[in-house]
Amino acid sequence: MSNANVQANLSNLARYQNNFLKEVEANVEEGHMVKMCMQCGVCAGSCPFGPDWEHSPQKIFMMIRAGKRDEVLGSDSMFMCTSCYNCIVRCPRQLPITHIMHGLANYAHRIGMAPKGQPTRQFATLFWNNLVKKGRVNELTLTLGHYFTNGLVSGIKTALGMQSIGLGLFMAKRLNPMEIFGGHGVKDLKGFHAIVAKAKEIEDRKKGFTA
Amino acid sequence: MAKKEYAFYPGCSSQLKASASNYLVSTNAMCKALDVKLTEIPDWNCCGASVGYCEGGELPRIAINARNFAQAETHLPGQDIVATCAACWLGARESKERLDGSAQLMKETNEALAAAGLHYSGGANVRHMVEVLIEDFGYDGLKQPMKKSLEGIKFAGYVGCQTNRPFGIVGESFENPLYLDKMVETFGGEALTAYDQKVTCCGGALAFSEPEKSQKQIRDIVESAYDAGAEMIVTPCPLCQANVEVYQSEINKKQGTKFNMPVLYYSQLMTIAYGGSAKDAGLNGQLIRAEKLEKIAGK
Amino acid sequence: MADNKFAAYICSGCGLGDKLDIKTLEKIAQKEGKMQVVKSHPFLCNAEGVQMINDDIANEAVTHVCIAACSRRAKTEAFHFPTVAMSRANLREGVIWIVAEGEAHDEVRQEMANDYVRMGCAELKKMKLPAGNPDTAHSKRILVVGGGMSGLTAAFEAAEAGYETVLVEKQSQLGGWAAKLWRRAPFKAPHAEPQDTGLTVLAAKVSSHPLIKVHLNSSLAETAGAPGRFIVKIAQESGAITEETVGAIVQATGFTGYDITKLPELGGGQANVVDQAGLEALAIAANGGAIKRADGKEVKSAVFVQCAGQRGSGGNGSGRHLDYCSGHCCATSIKQAMYFKDQNPDIDTVVMYSDLRVPGMGEDFYRSAQEKGVIFTKAKVTAVSGGDACKVEFKDLILDEDTSVDADLVVLATGQVPSAGVELDAWTQLTAEADGGSDEAKQKIVVMNKTSVLNLTYRQGPDLPQLKQGFADSHFICFPYETRRTGIYAAGPVRRPMDMLQATEDATGAALKAIQAVENASLGRAAHPRSGDLSYPLVRLEGCTQCKRCTVECPFGAIDEDERRFPVFNEQRCRRCGTCMGACPVRVISFENYSVDTVGSQIKAVDMPDEFSERPRILILACENDAYPALDMAGLSRTVYSAFVRIIPVRCLGSVNTIWITDALNSGFDGVMMMGCKKGDDYCQGLGTRPLPHEQDRRHADPARPGTGARRHAGSRHHRQPARGHADQ
Repeated sequence: MSNANVQANLSNLARYQNNFLKEVEANVEEGHMVKMCMQCGVCAGSCPFGPDWEHSPQKIFMMIRAGKRDEVLGSDSMFMCTSCYNCIVRCPRQLPITHIMHGLANYAHRIGMAPKGQPTRQFATLFWNNLVKKGRVNELTLTLGHYFTNGLVSGIKTALGMQSIGLGLFMAKRLNPMEIFGGHGVKDLKGFHAIVAKAKEIEDRKKGFTA
Repeated sequence: MAKKEYAFYPGCSSQLKASASNYLVSTNAMCKALDVKLTEIPDWNCCGASVGYCEGGELPRIAINARNFAQAETHLPGQDIVATCAACWLGARESKERLDGSAQLMKETNEALAAAGLHYSGGANVRHMVEVLIEDFGYDGLKQPMKKSLEGIKFAGYVGCQTNRPFGIVGESFENPLYLDKMVETFGGEALTAYDQKVTCCGGALAFSEPEKSQKQIRDIVESAYDAGAEMIVTPCPLCQANVEVYQSEINKKQGTKFNMPVLYYSQLMTIAYGGSAKDAGLNGQLIRAEKLEKIAGK
Repeated sequence: MADNKFAAYICSGCGLGDKLDIKTLEKIAQKEGKMQVVKSHPFLCNAEGVQMINDDIANEAVTHVCIAACSRRAKTEAFHFPTVAMSRANLREGVIWIVAEGEAHDEVRQEMANDYVRMGCAELKKMKLPAGNPDTAHSKRILVVGGGMSGLTAAFEAAEAGYETVLVEKQSQLGGWAAKLWRRAPFKAPHAEPQDTGLTVLAAKVSSHPLIKVHLNSSLAETAGAPGRFIVKIAQESGAITEETVGAIVQATGFTGYDITKLPELGGGQANVVDQAGLEALAIAANGGAIKRADGKEVKSAVFVQCAGQRGSGGNGSGRHLDYCSGHCCATSIKQAMYFKDQNPDIDTVVMYSDLRVPGMGEDFYRSAQEKGVIFTKAKVTAVSGGDACKVEFKDLILDEDTSVDADLVVLATGQVPSAGVELDAWTQLTAEADGGSDEAKQKIVVMNKTSVLNLTYRQGPDLPQLKQGFADSHFICFPYETRRTGIYAAGPVRRPMDMLQATEDATGAALKAIQAVENASLGRAAHPRSGDLSYPLVRLEGCTQCKRCTVECPFGAIDEDERRFPVFNEQRCRRCGTCMGACPVRVISFENYSVDTVGSQIKAVDMPDEFSERPRILILACENDAYPALDMAGLSRTVYSAFVRIIPVRCLGSVNTIWITDALNSGFDGVMMMGCKKGDDYCQGLGTRPLPHEQDRRHADPARPGTGARRHAGSRHHRQPARGHADQ
């Protein structure tokens, strides 16, 4: 039997069985609720970015149950979540859909299966690192960092394009160029960092992530 | 009326010279008029916001919120934690509820806090400023310090997402919350209850990473305000305010619209109604000037 | 007749006195209505008003009372005078509440009231106080046919209520379908786990109950008689016959599973493809251990195919099987998937559904299965191959892709087929052919009769009429348990598809219906829907032409024929609808308080305005079961309708005798409207309107048009255009 055939057979075996579902339950935030979806599709119809998803939450849940591991964890769908919580409040089964989407994105990101260069994946990482650095978010460095994500040239172009907004905010005293040199932060930075590090260590240990 | 005291969690965007600094300025003026004492949680940190999920994960996000709870518990015992930012409120309240619901999570969180010599024993009460206004004062109570009416201004009450879902204000519906309209009416303004995008998502943090998709949302939000006959949009959320105000010029440029709709915080309206100056209300912080409101302030 | 004394009482309360000239009404009752006593009262239904009437009955020997006040459906407790004949003139709901306000309408309003008083008096003149049927029937025993969960429950409930019960079961043991089950879907909180069926306990209670007599290995060889006096011949397998007299019958003969071999497209008939009953058998054999297939292999994966050969093209299979949903199968598959999960959580179970239907608390059961890890997928199954590794090919309707899974066992959720006996339309047709001399038809009838459950000796066939899809019922929403055979009640899945919980509730309801039937029969009273009515059809046989229209048309099989083909009325089977009266071409059938004359005289009593006065008159014959209540509701909601109509309630449109139409047109009416259900409608006792002459003239009134009232029933209104005159304005 050829290798491809073995592969096909294996994936056939896993189909509509509990393997991937169990993995999700063990490792994804609120993942134990995936099996409770009753496939009504209200989430899909409630999502503001609905038309932009390849797979709606409804489909993602069914794909997990159908054992489609690669398709789910490699999808950029979860990163389309704006955290508007519409799906959560409308779900007749009270699935914490927003949290599951966040959890899936986090899991896919941590095990390296999330799509490379996905803009929200990049921005979210930048955001977290920015806040961890000082304990509070520095809006200027965050914004600039975001614009320069795709390289210097594209960054300068984007930043120039958004100049009028930046200037406006500056004039309205809502953006401080001095922030680039430091800005707000918590005083007990050492303690803050220790908490984040410890929490990450516990979570990684539990979920079997390698740092 | 006895002075009310709260542990205040202003959040990153409200800081001096940050995007929602005018929210903080007007909140301070509003609280002064209502005889409310806000004490900042000492050395508070960021809530992680929603978008922190991707890199932050579950426990680190909860742990940093618990750090704020621990600080409040130690330094401001017995006071409710009050956030003005929708994301701060949501992040903090979500963390609180998860901790309330899981002894295991509580244990792990305290293990992390111990790294900085902190401990959280539970029982934090996390509230949004709007909850405080409606529940602790009531619409009638809010009316008492009123000096000027906002009569003649038509407001589209844009509630947005995170002050409305998943927690929301008790007694309000997720699909058509009315509290913002009621607040506008309390201060004499005209609330456009037919405004149909009041709970539409502005794109949130994805305004940065998915600008086109988000600007489509924002366009709907502003356009519908115009359709309803609004002169201003009022909102309780700093990210809503920023996204809806800041990107109007961008949308005008790209799509040829002529948006010029001021976007205000409820606290700015209230500051003016309570007789504060345009400066007290942070009106100088608007990118799109709220001239009609400035006029009332100047009277 | 010399002893009769007629009295009219006119109420001026509820605004009647403000809107109407009561003095005029009194005069009409006296002069035209020929009432010997005429009185008005400002509040007729209060204690004083009622006392006034009672005093007249006691002291003035009043025998006939016309109440001119509100609708006959209102204040029935106050206006309850059982010792006199009574008519009601509807001045409130029928006049002042529906005629437009204002002086401009004073004249037409008064005319309408005047006519209703005339009509009430005219009707009264022709009425008699029903004397009651001296031929009462006294057996209060209840026969239950079928010893499954429904039958056992019905027998037990009837016996617990103090009624002697006879239970007949075909098999050698009690239990029916329930005896084939390992567990049942839960009926108690928290509705999360399969439960014991409870059959053993219930069967023991029934077997040992002092009021219950059980006949096993038995069936009904013949059922004759009527409520209160059924004589049934119970035949044992051995051929021995026992005769029992009973007052009412509960038929709880249940269902059989749809034959799985008729579903080859879903692997039916192949190895390791079973129906739900087949899986129950495997589970019983496993007795709580690992479930093994027929070949002894332990099942490690199972796929459940829902709606197998059910719900037409909406389900799975070719679409050429059952058209309906059997209601219980989703919960049953959930339960069966749990058999596996509870024994070993690693067994993969997939339920393929198109719509998961779990009514009642079934949603909790569904959730419980999801928590146990049962996979549910919305799918359309295209093919199933049996064998060692069954392959289920399907389209995943959420993921929109064609795919397949392998399983050790495939379970098809097939539907319920009711065990309702002979289908009467086919039987009637064969009977006609046999009467015409066809020997083939005679042979077929003999074969057909062998499938009968009740073997009724009724002229209209040996079993209960079937409503839809072969289920024995009259209307499963409006009139549960009722059938079109008085005193015989259907309970459980023979009546409509259902689960065990519904079947036991059904059985309890049917037992109570049976108790009502025997009690009513023993007092000579009608059963539902004219419960308590003492009138019954009287026939002047000397005028009968043996045309058989009454025996054919009686919707309830109440009338048999004797050897000379004269009708034989079985009053206890009669529902008092009057269809026989309407059918009779020589008008020899009547009731003491409802006859060709009581209605005909009302029609003739209406005062006809001058032909050129632009005041047309439209007669409405309104069914008392639906149209008349709807007209009352129109009054309650102050819906204005035409003041040119004159409404007469009838017991059923089936009771309308064509002479009334002729009378109406002859006396000057411009049109006649029949208000009730359409022929073929089954929402009232499964009756529908008998086709009348001039059927081709039928056209529907415009439901949006004002002036006809009762818009709620607009869709089922009839409009008949007469030979002369014009339709209502």
